[in-house]
Amino acid sequence: MTPFEYLRAGDPGEAVAAVAGRPGAAFLGGGTNLVDHMKLGVAGPDLLVDVSRLPLDRVEETAGGLRVGAAVRNSDLAAHPLVRERYPVLARALLSGASGQLRNVATTAGNLLQRTRCPYFQDVTTPCNKRVPGSGCSAIGGYTRYHAILGASEHCVATHPSDMAVAMAALDAVVVVLGPGGERRLPIGELYRLPGDAPQRDTVLEHGDLITAVELPHLPAARRSAYRKVRDRASFSFALVSVAAVLDLDGDAVRDVRLALGGVAHKPWRAARAEEALRGGPATEDAFRRAADAELAGARPLPGNEFKVAMTRGVVVAALRDLAEEGR
Amino acid sequence: MNARITLRVDGRDRPVALDTRTTLLDALRDRLSVTSPKKGCDHGQCGACTVLLDGRRVVSCLILAVACDGSEVVTAQGLVEEGEPHPVQRAFLEEDGFQCGFCTPGQICSAVGMLQEVKAGHPSQVTDDLTGPVTLDDEEIRERLSGNLCRCGAYVNIVAALREETAPSEETSPRAETSPSEEAES
Repeated sequence: MTPFEYLRAGDPGEAVAAVAGRPGAAFLGGGTNLVDHMKLGVAGPDLLVDVSRLPLDRVEETAGGLRVGAAVRNSDLAAHPLVRERYPVLARALLSGASGQLRNVATTAGNLLQRTRCPYFQDVTTPCNKRVPGSGCSAIGGYTRYHAILGASEHCVATHPSDMAVAMAALDAVVVVLGPGGERRLPIGELYRLPGDAPQRDTVLEHGDLITAVELPHLPAARRSAYRKVRDRASFSFALVSVAAVLDLDGDAVRDVRLALGGVAHKPWRAARAEEALRGGPATEDAFRRAADAELAGARPLPGNEFKVAMTRGVVVAALRDLAEEGR
Repeated sequence: MNARITLRVDGRDRPVALDTRTTLLDALRDRLSVTSPKKGCDHGQCGACTVLLDGRRVVSCLILAVACDGSEVVTAQGLVEEGEPHPVQRAFLEEDGFQCGFCTPGQICSAVGMLQEVKAGHPSQVTDDLTGPVTLDDEEIRERLSGNLCRCGAYVNIVAALREETAPSEETSPRAETSPSEEAES
């Protein structure tokens, strides 16, 4: 591990100034991803600015919605009564991620900003464009089971492993960012990048930008929502494919629907084409399948992960079918 | 880079000067000679290093010691009170919830933390009703302890230990007739 200085920030402004003023500095939240990457030699900050004890650890009610502080632990967010009641998709997504020990430490902002990654990114003995731009991609032509089928590029096929972020993408969450220039609000759909020719950048955030909160909008339909995750083990394993779904029915018709996919792209993948295909139409299994196919028309699986296309279709249909049955 | 911190470990204040790169696990084991948390994978995947940090179960290998200045740490060793094993420790002995024992201190700390989470009404991934009460059946125990691996495969008896530990105890435990002392040495 590279030597580093440690600073416990007193307030968010101090934390932003400390990181912004030093190119090698990084924020430390729960550290469950960053400390691991420091051990692996994937990350080597020379200053850690600890933001985990800042007073950003509250969940507050807003006009019909919730404002979640950046330092709220994943376990606390999943257990929050209002999250369980109003946004079951988020509680379920959080509970399906990592282990009890890791959820007790990992923070809301840290979960969002865990690295988009793959086994080669974490193995410093192999080429990886995300870790060392221009060095090549070891996954293309290699092991691809956990890799992207949507939105990837010839430079990177890694996936974002968060479950929480998939639910937040479906809920149209808004990320509050404090930067050297002040505060701004960013829809979660604009936070993450596709790899393109700069896979070293997972998000649009600049050095020194600190996420201070996530706002969940008023969305009564989210009371009927679900998170479904397929993986190689029953627990404590990343998604091969996951789906976050909110379904609002008007009789047998789809009034509104929100769908986001995990495990299939460099970012939580909002399935806008599938949503569009469903809105105003019948809530039937046939319609769900056609909607999934509309989204997956753009899928470009790799040799070794072709199964994910059918798996995604199946998970989307099953999640929507369950929600529709619940609503009847 | 060095830092001076104080950890409260198993009820005692332990000031220590250490390199900022030191994890909580290495601080406990190598600097403070508290060796009940074990180093398995050192990447947060096996749970052998689980301790209670300010009352919550965490993997101590992924936490920097310097970030824990002023915190309270309880290890499996610290769960013993006045020479008496914690009820969860006793249940592991009585149900033979281990073979080699390497993962056991982590399993026990994780179980103690998990039982507190259940008591607080926290649901898990396998809880049917997110807003209802939690019944700690075998499926719940397995899910909630999925962060602790046992390479001997003692899972069946670990689940049994926690089933016993959490069962309503109207009976005067027949378990008490087995002799924990005979099993404690394994």
